[in-house]
Amino acid sequence: MTALRLEKLAHSYKSHPSRPEDYALKEINQVWQTGGAYALLGPSGCGKTTLLNILSGLVIPSQGRVYFDDRDVTELPTEKRNIAQVFQFPVIYDTMTVRENLAFPLKNRGMDPAGIKTRVDEIAALLDLSRDLDRRAKGLTADAKQKISLGRGLVRPDVTAVLFDEPLTVIDPQLKWELRSKLKEIHRKLAVTMIYVTHDQTEALTFADKVIVMSEGEVVQIGTPEELFEKPLHRFVGHFIGSPGMNFLPCTLAGTKARIGGFEIDLGVSFAADPKAKLELGIRPDFIKLAPPGVGLPVRIDRIDDLGRNRIAHVRLEGQRLAVTVPAILETGSDDLTVVFDHRRIGIFANDRRIEPDDRGGA
Amino acid sequence: MTGEARELKPYNNRAWFMVLPVFLIVAFSAVLPLMTVVNYSVQDTFGNNTFFWNGIGWFKELLDPNSELGGRFIDALGRNFLFSFLILAIEIPLGIAVALSMPRQGVAVSISLVLLALPLLIPWNVVGTIWQVFGRSDIGLLGWTLTGLGIDYNYVSGVLAAWITIILMDVWHWTSLVVLLCYAGLRAIPDAFYQAARIDGASRWAIFRAIQLPKISRVLVIAVLLRFMDSFMIYTEPFVVTGGGPGNATTFISIDLVKIALGQFDLGKAAALSIVYNLIILTVCWVFYTVMTHVENAERRVQL
Amino acid sequence: MTLSLEAVTRSVADEIHVDHVSLTFIRGSLNVLLGPTLSGKTSLMRIMAGLDMPDRGQIKFDGKDTTELPVGKRNIAMVYQQFINYPTLSVYENIASPLRVAGIKREEIDRRVKEAAQLLRLTSMLDRTPLQLSGGQQQRTAIARALVKRADLVLMDEPLANLDFKLREELREELPRIFSSSGAIFVYATTEPSEALLLGGNTATLWQGRVTQFGPTPTVYRRPKDLITAQVFSDPPLNLLSGIKQNDQLVLNGAETLQLFDDLTSLPDGPTTLAFRAHHMSLHLSGSASLTLQVVVGGSEISGSESFVHVALGKTKFVLLEQGVHRIDAGTRLDVHVAIDHIFAFDAAGLLLRTPKMEFKEALA
Repeated sequence: MTALRLEKLAHSYKSHPSRPEDYALKEINQVWQTGGAYALLGPSGCGKTTLLNILSGLVIPSQGRVYFDDRDVTELPTEKRNIAQVFQFPVIYDTMTVRENLAFPLKNRGMDPAGIKTRVDEIAALLDLSRDLDRRAKGLTADAKQKISLGRGLVRPDVTAVLFDEPLTVIDPQLKWELRSKLKEIHRKLAVTMIYVTHDQTEALTFADKVIVMSEGEVVQIGTPEELFEKPLHRFVGHFIGSPGMNFLPCTLAGTKARIGGFEIDLGVSFAADPKAKLELGIRPDFIKLAPPGVGLPVRIDRIDDLGRNRIAHVRLEGQRLAVTVPAILETGSDDLTVVFDHRRIGIFANDRRIEPDDRGGA
Repeated sequence: MTGEARELKPYNNRAWFMVLPVFLIVAFSAVLPLMTVVNYSVQDTFGNNTFFWNGIGWFKELLDPNSELGGRFIDALGRNFLFSFLILAIEIPLGIAVALSMPRQGVAVSISLVLLALPLLIPWNVVGTIWQVFGRSDIGLLGWTLTGLGIDYNYVSGVLAAWITIILMDVWHWTSLVVLLCYAGLRAIPDAFYQAARIDGASRWAIFRAIQLPKISRVLVIAVLLRFMDSFMIYTEPFVVTGGGPGNATTFISIDLVKIALGQFDLGKAAALSIVYNLIILTVCWVFYTVMTHVENAERRVQL
Repeated sequence: MTLSLEAVTRSVADEIHVDHVSLTFIRGSLNVLLGPTLSGKTSLMRIMAGLDMPDRGQIKFDGKDTTELPVGKRNIAMVYQQFINYPTLSVYENIASPLRVAGIKREEIDRRVKEAAQLLRLTSMLDRTPLQLSGGQQQRTAIARALVKRADLVLMDEPLANLDFKLREELREELPRIFSSSGAIFVYATTEPSEALLLGGNTATLWQGRVTQFGPTPTVYRRPKDLITAQVFSDPPLNLLSGIKQNDQLVLNGAETLQLFDDLTSLPDGPTTLAFRAHHMSLHLSGSASLTLQVVVGGSEISGSESFVHVALGKTKFVLLEQGVHRIDAGTRLDVHVAIDHIFAFDAAGLLLRTPKMEFKEALA
């Protein structure tokens, strides 16, 4: 079932947009399924907040339509849409107890007290808030407050989608794990559509089934975390997903071979690329191996960062900087090392966009 | 201690000399006159600048409702409390209501702010004069209209009319202060709260009760405190408009004080009265402040 | 130039913010204060800066007691979580401002500002005002201003917390280079273990106002002296198996029994906590001797190259980190393995009983 449909949606804050740069959100068409977990991922200013505001009804888009459950809600105010939202900073009603906070949306909609009580107890149990129900919400920790905000959305039986606007910003790293896995658990149990807006790739990738990566007002790729990691369609996705991001090396193509400076790498397939395009070879640090001299392409090591569970070697190949993931235990023995690329994981990018291999050329 | 360590002695206290002028001015303008008042309050005089010791006689008389002075004082005190109560009961809700209906952005904000600030800039006696003229039935617009409508309105002879005039005058003069304080408090509420309340389907009233009122409670405390202190010390406006009349209907403590001190030249009585008056204001404010901070502390303890 | 804190204690209204902290920082060193929110990082920094006075204890610069020296007389610089710049001044003037106050010659100011701008990649932005900059550039400007002063002590309180993830990554990689080119003592507060590891230098772990350990960052990470330190320095959270050790068994709090072997059996009997980090728990049996736990999956999170699997043994929850994509349904029962060589053991008081063999060898390398 369709939870949400965006048709030719675009928005500009200017009254007469003429150039593409005038659009805070460039045209998108989307169909999101009921019960899905989606993430909008991108750096600040990429348009994700504009899209979120359109979904929540704060902003009316300058073009296109928004449908919730096949109902056109483009011009409906927030309260008429069946959505809930969890904000960056906890929004709770200070003077009320946790129970009153959770009951608030139901009370406003005129539900009978007995019904409210059952529903609130149910949601409180789900969120592990049962013990605190009669405490004042103001005195609780940030993560408990965020749970209350979420709970106020979930108590409503009619909620189509829950929007999350960077909900873990004020939560300590240790508690982020708990809260995030709680979110996943609730998503599984209630099968409610969740849309999570963030600039943090780990949060987006671990939360969502489908991640919508945005850059400069444009959706550059929509995919599962695996797809985004293994097959980024845009240079930006390669750079933004993964830590450190994908390595990009200027190259030229000759048959099934890519040439970087004086070295050749066999790709196994050929590409038909526009000869005038800016060509780059992209490969993730995880798919490069350090090898003894003579095995691969010679590199010079700049430095090695210790990240605890693994290390990142920063090396130079033909003067180009390259990051390589190396195991926690590294026996280098020598500074003269080489790198070996996993050729199946190499992507070729023409003018920042990934190009597909040529079927015939590979033969 | 070595010499080197002493060299690092962090504070020198020379900066305290900078406070000296202020200290002298305050002593000259406040402390010395206050001591004079205390001195007068325990003495009596028959003029000619000769004083004799009266002990706490004036205070006894002042606090005895059966004496002439005591009766006057208790009556005036009652009028003061009634006045403060009435104007707080009007100005606080009215101020909140106006603040709530003020625009949140655009040029309209500046225009409303300027309009609201206008009454605050007018001196007390001018306000009194404006209303005195305004209320007159021969040349004042308000008085003329009311009389024209057949309503018996005369603040010089009617007790009710006199009270209504003074209260209206104070509301007109000071509600803006409450509005400005509340407006500042309302502006400080992040948009996310309103957004959340809309999602929760809250009515206008529910938003006010659940978000706005709790968030402006701190500034409201300040507003109430300021308005109480100021209204309790009211002098100029009734002095200009009604002169304390009709009869003694609008004779507040401050007006009585001036009558006793300058009209009857009873310096001892007046001194005792002003000290008691002062103590009442201090006590009320102290009780109020303590209760409010106590509530806040209790809240904070719940948080921890 | 050495900064030493000696048994510094400060409490505010019956709450202890800083509890008997003794630390020594030497010139040119980078020191990370790692701990969760409210663990005392900011309170400690304010004391070092002279903004607050300790109730007890002393702060010494090169052995001289400066505990009560006011902030204006200390040669320090501070960078905050919020981007604090003068909004109306250009980036150049922002960076130059502490030098103008100090009354330094115009040519010298120009030289130092340009040098700092180069180091922080701000050269092309010197004429702009802070509002025309991105968050990352604003924070670079604030850092440049702190550096240009050539302060003896530079305090940074979660300077990257308000930045976007990628900008944070970028700046985090550059900071060690920036720090090493200055001779000051750097003190850097963060809540994130990965940030401490990337910055290197020394790390002091903080917990409830106390410094639980202080030493070279990799050593504190790989050889924590106690359970609290190991927990503060783990993200995902440290996995714990708590119970009573009896001979070759560990009776867990959830009443399950775990068969021990190898040198784990030689630990003293009594209350014991075995601990290991997420990436040392695996879905696959490796060659080395391992503890095997039968767990129920609570859910899995996939970050592209890695998967975080939340599992539970009775009521005890663990996070497992595995390379590659592993989608496992909630409720699935499976075996997970922890190589014995990677296990820490702590006694009832939380003190370290056993260091993982492999980890320690690695730290020495």
